[in-house]
Amino acid sequence: MGAALSVRVTTADFDPGAELAALEALPGGAVASFTGLVRDDGGLEALHLDHYPSMTERQIEAIVAQAAARWPLLGVTVIHRHGTMKVGERIVFVGTASSHRVAALEACAFLIDWLKVSAPFWKQEIRRDGSRGWVEALRADDARAEKWKK
Amino acid sequence: MAALRILYFSWVRERIGMDEESVERPAPGTTVAALLDRLADTSPGHGEAFADRARLRAALDQTFVPLDTAIGDALELAVFPPVTGG
Repeated sequence: MGAALSVRVTTADFDPGAELAALEALPGGAVASFTGLVRDDGGLEALHLDHYPSMTERQIEAIVAQAAARWPLLGVTVIHRHGTMKVGERIVFVGTASSHRVAALEACAFLIDWLKVSAPFWKQEIRRDGSRGWVEALRADDARAEKWKK
Repeated sequence: MAALRILYFSWVRERIGMDEESVERPAPGTTVAALLDRLADTSPGHGEAFADRARLRAALDQTFVPLDTAIGDALELAVFPPVTGG
């Protein structure tokens, strides 16, 4: 019996309520989710996300498959946007459905931690003063993802 | 023998000044790092982009690989900084 796995890489915004409703319609009884938005760090206007089109979906699907092998999931939805997003706009959504709350919560955390370090996206900050700069990867993010190997 | 397609992303693309290029296929045993050494001499932008190897990551045929991996019969190489999605 396969879980309902959905991966979308898109420039378009999404409706977290509709995504949650779809996961809630599965017979599990437990749904967890994470939504990542563009954070205003004081001076930021927008983020531009570059990605590697032929690799991105495949890479996210591989991460989702790992989660589905590790936890008893009934459904997984991952949406990751690319292009330009203003402060406050949604960037990423991870939703998981299971019959067990621990599985739903842990798989959701695993997915976002691994997306951060292994999905081929690059963030560029566009600041209100017109300057631009590429965001540096954080070692703390690598450490968080590595923890799931234990 | 098909050429090797090389894709660049993020600041690697900006420094080199192009999204992609095609190069003559190196001998199969050539590593990604050895090819970058050779390409670094092709323009000042290449030299600057490839100067600090600790800041570079690579993928062969859409799979992440360490820079000391042999290119083998891969058709596509991508060179980029560590990813920052999510």
